[in-house]
Amino acid sequence: MKSVFDIIGPVMIGPSSSHTAGAARLGKIARSVLGEQPVRAEITLFGSFAETYRGHGTDRALVGGLLGMNTDDDRIKDALDIAGLEGLTVQFKTADSADHKIHPNTAGIALTGLTGKQVYVEGSSIGGGNILITRINDFEVGIRGKFPAILAEHYDRPGVIGGVTGTLGENGINIASIKMVRQFRGANNLMVIETDQLVSDFVLQKIREQPHLIDVIKIEPVEVYDV
Amino acid sequence: MFNTVSIMELIKEAEVRKCPIWELVLEQEAAQQQTPKGELWRRMKSYWQVMSEAVEKGTQPGHRSLSGLSGQEGFLMHEYAKNRPTLSGTASSLAAARAMGVSVVNASMGKIVAAPTAGSCGILPAVLFTAAESIGASEKQIIGAIFTAAGLGKIIDEVASTSGAQGGCQAECGAAAGMAAAAAVEMAGGTPTQAGHAAALCLKSIMGLVCDPVAGLVEIPCIKRNAIGAANALLSADMALAGIESKIPIDEVIGAMREVGDLMPSALKETARGGLANTPTARALEKEIFG
Repeated sequence: MKSVFDIIGPVMIGPSSSHTAGAARLGKIARSVLGEQPVRAEITLFGSFAETYRGHGTDRALVGGLLGMNTDDDRIKDALDIAGLEGLTVQFKTADSADHKIHPNTAGIALTGLTGKQVYVEGSSIGGGNILITRINDFEVGIRGKFPAILAEHYDRPGVIGGVTGTLGENGINIASIKMVRQFRGANNLMVIETDQLVSDFVLQKIREQPHLIDVIKIEPVEVYDV
Repeated sequence: MFNTVSIMELIKEAEVRKCPIWELVLEQEAAQQQTPKGELWRRMKSYWQVMSEAVEKGTQPGHRSLSGLSGQEGFLMHEYAKNRPTLSGTASSLAAARAMGVSVVNASMGKIVAAPTAGSCGILPAVLFTAAESIGASEKQIIGAIFTAAGLGKIIDEVASTSGAQGGCQAECGAAAGMAAAAAVEMAGGTPTQAGHAAALCLKSIMGLVCDPVAGLVEIPCIKRNAIGAANALLSADMALAGIESKIPIDEVIGAMREVGDLMPSALKETARGGLANTPTARALEKEIFG
């Protein structure tokens, strides 16, 4: 069941909770998945996002999120200009949402980081500023961004889950939920672990030292309360 | 822990325990979030702070939206309502002015509280501000009322929608007005049952309201729909307090809202392809703004 604060809130810069605030949150999560400073973003907009993005400031909000801004950041209005100043090149494309069974407000963000690292994050703004990340690289996920999360891509081997969860436990981090996701093709799996506490870079490094892991990233939660 | 997707059940529980709806909502939230009630109350109070500031700001002169399509609506109506005898009553006119004002702040990329969305952000603050003024309500009554609104809003969101892209404007301004109507009733000392009737009466009047924003912007007719929403909420609250009951129970009204939303073509659900957005003037404005 939702919270009263999903209905009242967020405090935000207008004009639209689904097309502005939700978009800013999607951008911010994508930045978190990349885990470093983005230098290039190719953003594909679907459905209602595609049709009304300029009028709602969706483009400014997505880019603001990519630059690390929260939904109530006054700089969102100027995010496209700020992106240029911070060395982030952005390109927008639109696509028909006929294929998308999910939600009319969906964006696919292909990001390239300073080190050349690339990620693809797809998510929807599902109303009232809330978001749902539906895809990260080749994995189908269902992350709402309310909890800190660890995403660990790994080989399917005994003990791999224990290595990761044990490390979290040893460092006092409680697991809220854990889900195993299989890739569309190939044999690699993805562990999606939502935690009650934030995971520090130190703990992230300790996790990366565990066996059978391919890549581990952490996602910071979208801001919950910052009035 | 009491948990329900039925407003009727929420009302019944409140009547049984002889408490206002907001107490149940607050209790449920505290249990669900494992957070003390005091902390939740403080948080809601801080949101009310932002709402009040937007109300005060919105009726000032000098606003201009990004597009230039709006800015003066809150100010004009406020001046009129304060200085002239009105046809619809001072309270109703002031509520409309305030709702439009907050909406203008939103359209100017100013700071507001989504309640439940930015498109409908003017309604709840305007209704509570104005009703509180009319009856001399305390801040405690106002914050409680916001919890009532949120409690109903959660259920509307769960059963129907609070997204224009899924349910049209009935899901945004409609839901906001329904929530506000119930909240106003409780704030004015009405029973939980009356609060339910107010929400039902309010929602019934806006069944099928489409989301057809001109040029895709949250301005025309959104700003004025916030005005009507606030007026509708106060009127519905008055009707319920007068003893008028909705023959169709609130849960069924919300179910109907869901059905109607699903039947609506996407051209009328926040895509700017149909309705007012598709009028010659709207298309001309669109071209003027976006080229």
